[in-house]
Amino acid sequence: MPAKKKPAKKARPKAAASRKARPARGAAMASEWLVPRSEFERIADRVFKFSHAEETEVTVDATTDALTRFANNTIHQNVAEQGLTVSVRAVVDGRTARASTNKTDDESLARVAEAAAKLARWQPPAENLLPMLGKQKYTAVKRLFPATAAATPEDRARAVVRVIDLARERNQTTAGIFTTGVTQSALATSRGLFTYYEQSRAEFSVTFLDGESSGWAKANFGDISRIDPGALAETASRKAHESRQPREIPADRYTVILEPAAVLDLVGFLFYDFSATAVEDKRSCLTDRMGKKLFGNNITIWDDVYDPLQTGPPFDGEGVPRQKVLLVDRGVPKSLVYARGTAKRLNAKPTGHGLPLPNEWGEAPLNLVFAGGNTSTEKMIASTDKGILVTRFWYIREVDPYQKMLTGMTRDGTFLIEKGELAGAVKNFRFNQSIIEMLSSVDALGPAVRAAGEESFEMVVPAMKVLDFHFSEVTKF
Amino acid sequence: MEDWANLALDTATARGAAYADVRVIDVRQRELSTKNGQVGTMIESESLGLGVRVIADGAWGFASTDRLTRRGIEKCAAEAVAIARASALAKRHDVVLAPEQSYVDTWQSPFIKDPFLIPVDRQIALLLDADGEMRKVAGVTLAETGMVFRRREQWFASTIGSRIHQLKMQSGAGIVASCFADGELQKRSYPNSFGGQHALRGYELVEELDLVGNARRVAEEAVALHKAPQCPEGVRTVLLDGSQVGLQVHESIGHPIELDRVLGMEANFAGTSFLTLDKLNTLRYASEHVTVVADARLEHGPGLGSFGYDDEGVPAQCTHIIHQGQFTGYLTSRETAASIGQGRSNGTMRAESWNRLPLIRMTNISLLPGSWKLDDLIADTDDGIYMETNRSWSIDDRRYHFQFGTEIGWEIKGGKKIRMLKNPSYSGITTEFWNSCDAVCSREHWTLWGTPNCGKGQPMQTMGTGHGAAPARFRNVRVGIAFSR
Repeated sequence: MPAKKKPAKKARPKAAASRKARPARGAAMASEWLVPRSEFERIADRVFKFSHAEETEVTVDATTDALTRFANNTIHQNVAEQGLTVSVRAVVDGRTARASTNKTDDESLARVAEAAAKLARWQPPAENLLPMLGKQKYTAVKRLFPATAAATPEDRARAVVRVIDLARERNQTTAGIFTTGVTQSALATSRGLFTYYEQSRAEFSVTFLDGESSGWAKANFGDISRIDPGALAETASRKAHESRQPREIPADRYTVILEPAAVLDLVGFLFYDFSATAVEDKRSCLTDRMGKKLFGNNITIWDDVYDPLQTGPPFDGEGVPRQKVLLVDRGVPKSLVYARGTAKRLNAKPTGHGLPLPNEWGEAPLNLVFAGGNTSTEKMIASTDKGILVTRFWYIREVDPYQKMLTGMTRDGTFLIEKGELAGAVKNFRFNQSIIEMLSSVDALGPAVRAAGEESFEMVVPAMKVLDFHFSEVTKF
Repeated sequence: MEDWANLALDTATARGAAYADVRVIDVRQRELSTKNGQVGTMIESESLGLGVRVIADGAWGFASTDRLTRRGIEKCAAEAVAIARASALAKRHDVVLAPEQSYVDTWQSPFIKDPFLIPVDRQIALLLDADGEMRKVAGVTLAETGMVFRRREQWFASTIGSRIHQLKMQSGAGIVASCFADGELQKRSYPNSFGGQHALRGYELVEELDLVGNARRVAEEAVALHKAPQCPEGVRTVLLDGSQVGLQVHESIGHPIELDRVLGMEANFAGTSFLTLDKLNTLRYASEHVTVVADARLEHGPGLGSFGYDDEGVPAQCTHIIHQGQFTGYLTSRETAASIGQGRSNGTMRAESWNRLPLIRMTNISLLPGSWKLDDLIADTDDGIYMETNRSWSIDDRRYHFQFGTEIGWEIKGGKKIRMLKNPSYSGITTEFWNSCDAVCSREHWTLWGTPNCGKGQPMQTMGTGHGAAPARFRNVRVGIAFSR
């Protein structure tokens, strides 16, 4: 699955949800399904009451999501879901295990508490198992936007109708999604920790088809008012139009200009390499490479959940406060992220990136932020004698994990650049490219923006001009 | 459960739905894994909920909930109708479904040993034994094992009168040995990559796999790959093992035959298909050695695509997809079958769980066996490369151009495997590749492989699919391009 992004300028659209439409009878807003914080506390307290384990951790996750999906200039799928999961981790005799349920009656909560303890008793003692956390201090983040939570099916449908109208006017065909939702979660331990987090999510993704050609655009924000379906549709429509009658040019090494979504879906493959456990397991591309120059001077990467363009809770799977971590400093891998157990094992400090226990993966940075530059995409094109502009990539897979060689296809808007100008569409390429080499060959960076793709979760990345990008074959369209 | 389903149907009908169906689904899952002698994942989970799909004002709506009270179910069903009415704001024409009979039935996948009744400590002990065997081989830097079991019980009801109860038991297990040395990471998996083998069977599947007995071999191969020469670049004869043929079928036949893709319904995400409607019964998809079916019936085997009825209440069927090379059939739903003038769905609609809408999904898309014994096929190959166990896979969004890498290769010269090759890869165009197939091995080499992680749809749904396949030979295939500089 591929991706592309929309610069996160402060667009003030007439976004669907900013309208004050009244829901039709029975048409729920996410806010109608929200679970009161007191219910999270009640569930945790009940589990603690029923649990006979030495230590007990309770995670409660509630999701309310709705998604309007359109294709062939009509809404063909339109769905809503609401669910709540209670996950219990028990510690018995230095062993730990987890059980979960989506039933919240007393009998089910008692059963899931017992199931976790029973599973734990069956397993061998866990090395480096630490006591659960007590109360912690967290940096507050505000990521629930009422306008997003209030979006209704009618709101989404009206926005989609406007996009469909645009497609019909231009004799094009459109397909895409408009989704809104709210996630709530709480983590509590029998040692006194209780923390709660809530966030909203809105996403609009659109493809326009113009005969045999296509164009695409996508945006994802917590605040629906930052999403402009009309502008995204305009971009996708224009790319579809400009993609008609693509020429076939030979596969080769080219200078490429990667829009942020294309960058995201490539560099997204790096995230787990920054796990200290991955390095310890020798499955990271950073094994034996920490502290050594690996990328170009213009590559600096943080993990920062507090970045205003990021989302997610300020605590990890065990409740450790998340820290901002400088992962790569001017091309040199500087730091890894550590769960509590990994940190103890490797004599380091936990960074607040642990995954829920028990697991074999350890930790991962989930909020990557790349340093950007100040070169616009237009300037990158103008400075390129011969190259390829890539809207997004598709079906990216790892070919060589240590050289970080990836393969995949271009999709939905691939254009030739000649003498500083766009010179028409070209047939899509397959690439086989080392991301390490790519990040050593970045000639220019755009401003870092919140990018949304299909292969990776959202990150803050810039557009990039990359030299000698390896396209290995060409497909038929 | 039936009362809940009936309440949802009654509410949807009272709110104005012209058609409704309901799935109440109760899932229980156990996941176990080890890494380098330590238990990794040890999780049990359960999930019970209800999803309602309706047609109102000629358009679709779907809502789901796990609040299984009278109020929660009524609210959910009412929301599905309201969503359908919102969908109607952008409708081009009313949804039309191909006709289907109503069924009152119960169905269960057969199994011998309920994996949830096998003590967890016994299951973990088996994994730790396999883990230990792999780590006995010098050079192994990472040993991983895993098992997953899933019990899914489902009650389906629809306003045409169907009431269908189904129970599926799924088991899977596998092991992986990795070796990092000299700036290179190699790995070998058994019996397949990405979690091993999965099927609608009980714990007997795990016992038959003999994970411990195969652990040392895969570990030795992972280490030996470091000393093997690189797979050459060029145009060669390629032999693929059965598991890789299964994935090749999945990506370059299974996905392009999904009629929703063909009709543009997945254009924004999974993509479309080169198999436009004009190609039905006219396209020479493959050579005469290639016959492919979509078969969800148990007679085909206990695959991840086996069931009694799909999630629209259509009975499991066998559809010929490619008959001796000729393209003959799509995977359809009641809506898409009607839209191309076919009288009936061939029963491929499935949803990941109660909170997801059914989509067209592969059932068991299988290449039927040929007549070759594998040893004879190798002996018949003068110059070729035998590739085993998938490592990477990628294909364009219309399913023309693909590239696959496998974990290990063997160079064949003069009818004999003469040496191991590392980093094998091959690429091609779907129809050119399948037309180059000149041999498929026999039933004794044929396995119904399980692919547990097929992603499709928005929101994303992960589904298990089955792919019966035996080793096969392909001529004039481009190899080695993935590592070319």
